[in-house]
Amino acid sequence: MAEEHQKEVVDETVDVKDLDAWRGIWIYGEVHDGELEGVALELLHAARPLADALETELGAVLLGSGVKRHAETLIAHGADNVYVVDHPELANYRTEVYHEALYQLIVRYKPEIMLFGSTANGKDLASAIATDLETGLTADTTMLGVNKEERLLEASRPAFGGNIMATILCKKHRPQMATVRPRVMRAGEPDVTRQGKINEESVTFSSQNLLKTIIETVKESSGDSGLETADIVVAFGKGVGDQRGLEMVQALAGVLGAAVGASRDVVEMGLIGREHQVGQTGVTVMPKIYIAIGISGAVQHLVGMQNSGTIIAINTDPEAPIMKIAHYAVVADAYALLPKLTASLNEALKEVKRDVLTV
Amino acid sequence: MHTLVLVKQVPDTKNAKLHPVTYTIDRSSTVNITNPSDLHAVEAAVRLKETYGGIVSSLSMGPPSAVETIRETIQMGVDHGFMISDRAFAGADTLATAYALSIAAQKIERTVSPLDLIITGKMTIDGDTGQVGPGVARRLGWYVLTNVVDIVEVQLKDRLMTVRRQNNSGYEVVRTPLPALLAVDPSINKPRRASMPNMVRAARYQPTIWSANDLEGVDRSKLGLKGSPTIVRKVFPPPKPEGGERVEGSLEDQVKFLTKILLERPEWIKTREKV
Repeated sequence: MAEEHQKEVVDETVDVKDLDAWRGIWIYGEVHDGELEGVALELLHAARPLADALETELGAVLLGSGVKRHAETLIAHGADNVYVVDHPELANYRTEVYHEALYQLIVRYKPEIMLFGSTANGKDLASAIATDLETGLTADTTMLGVNKEERLLEASRPAFGGNIMATILCKKHRPQMATVRPRVMRAGEPDVTRQGKINEESVTFSSQNLLKTIIETVKESSGDSGLETADIVVAFGKGVGDQRGLEMVQALAGVLGAAVGASRDVVEMGLIGREHQVGQTGVTVMPKIYIAIGISGAVQHLVGMQNSGTIIAINTDPEAPIMKIAHYAVVADAYALLPKLTASLNEALKEVKRDVLTV
Repeated sequence: MHTLVLVKQVPDTKNAKLHPVTYTIDRSSTVNITNPSDLHAVEAAVRLKETYGGIVSSLSMGPPSAVETIRETIQMGVDHGFMISDRAFAGADTLATAYALSIAAQKIERTVSPLDLIITGKMTIDGDTGQVGPGVARRLGWYVLTNVVDIVEVQLKDRLMTVRRQNNSGYEVVRTPLPALLAVDPSINKPRRASMPNMVRAARYQPTIWSANDLEGVDRSKLGLKGSPTIVRKVFPPPKPEGGERVEGSLEDQVKFLTKILLERPEWIKTREKV
């Protein structure tokens, strides 16, 4: 694979309205705490067919310190070109220096589409870049497509508080930018035989941008809800939105060793902390089993859990949207069902343990 | 210290009704509220004033009804309220909104005093993007810090500020030069209730309202629909899933079925008690 790639003469003028000057799809290969964010691979998997449809390159940008080692992973997941800025000043994310590095790359190579993961820092960076380029940025996209003839990115997202989906276009400015919700799209399998090019890029930093300093970083799981890593999530909504409902849900979660999730309604009622909220304005989860109890299933909630392995919905309303996406739709009064289910699981698990012990 | 808070009046999307054919919000049936996240920004600004002295201004872009949102900020202890209201601002996406607000912020600096800080909420409940705050900061050439969960200290003499912000995997403590823009996370504080004197003041309060013509040096091509690179091509109901298996029968049958399903892969069950 090629090592050094530095154009001698680069056109660093920028005209965001000269549409033909912009070609290629780029994704931001975000690195945090030294590791690639999973969403970078999801972006590659989602963007690969779009790049093929437009017959253009799929590029990935790596910014950070000691990040070059991730380039091969990005290529194995579909990138044709990886653009690396490996610099000590990029050791920690700071809006201004990351912005400065990425802005220079975008102006240098002029991709027509630029995608970011909707992580805390990814959103921050995308907003800054779009402002300086004076181009369009669609937030928290959950579906991506392209119009081949017009070379337009079709970025769809839940709108109006998640009641409806909207497809957003950026017709007359380039690059067309979007942030994409993590864990809504799936990552593909790596192909280690894929060939790609690694381009090591140099950028300059203005001294003023180096004045912001990170004093301390502390790693913690998101509010200790354990939602993002749990194999089983038991989530509840306003159908069981009271103290008794919460206790029943916690009891079931306890037996299953599951994390407790919640709809926006019960979070806003103050029944449970915001870190438990699943959905567009909360956490996106992809557990092996998702049990939705008394949740009707507004789009705002569905986008946060629809890729779960097995979805079980328990609801009194057979027509509730969640019942339509569930693999198992149980029409029942959860107040009556949950204590019985918890007791039944408790009994059955004793059996399982006994079996384990006697083997 | 002069802090500006950006606030927005929004339709209460949680209770909004959508037109069954066009899928646009039926504004006649929708109640307007102050964007919940913005109240945390106001609270943070007022607390800074209480700790370090100075004044707080608030700014909103919106229709005349947004006066109510400005009054709500006055109730909480804001000193000066400003609005930019004009048909020229209508239809703005995040880029055009951030541009207009940044121009108005500069006019507030000329009208009142130079700003040290701008505070915004995390995101609005109608736009749901969180992009406007960072956009305003970039337009002004200021430092930006999003997802701020704590303001640790302000060193006014050195023009520095230390905050704690959430990043992708935890948090970080960051020291930034001023002026800066902070987008605060709702966990930063609990917005106060209005005091009686502030309620009285707010009831009669008339914010300064500027039209596009009042903003010197504004580039009108960057305002409103005209200045917005993004357009909504279509709105559609979420994709209809095919639907799975109905679990029927008596409560006992349902319990039995679910127990079986949930125990198919016992390794997913992380029992907490010792075996």
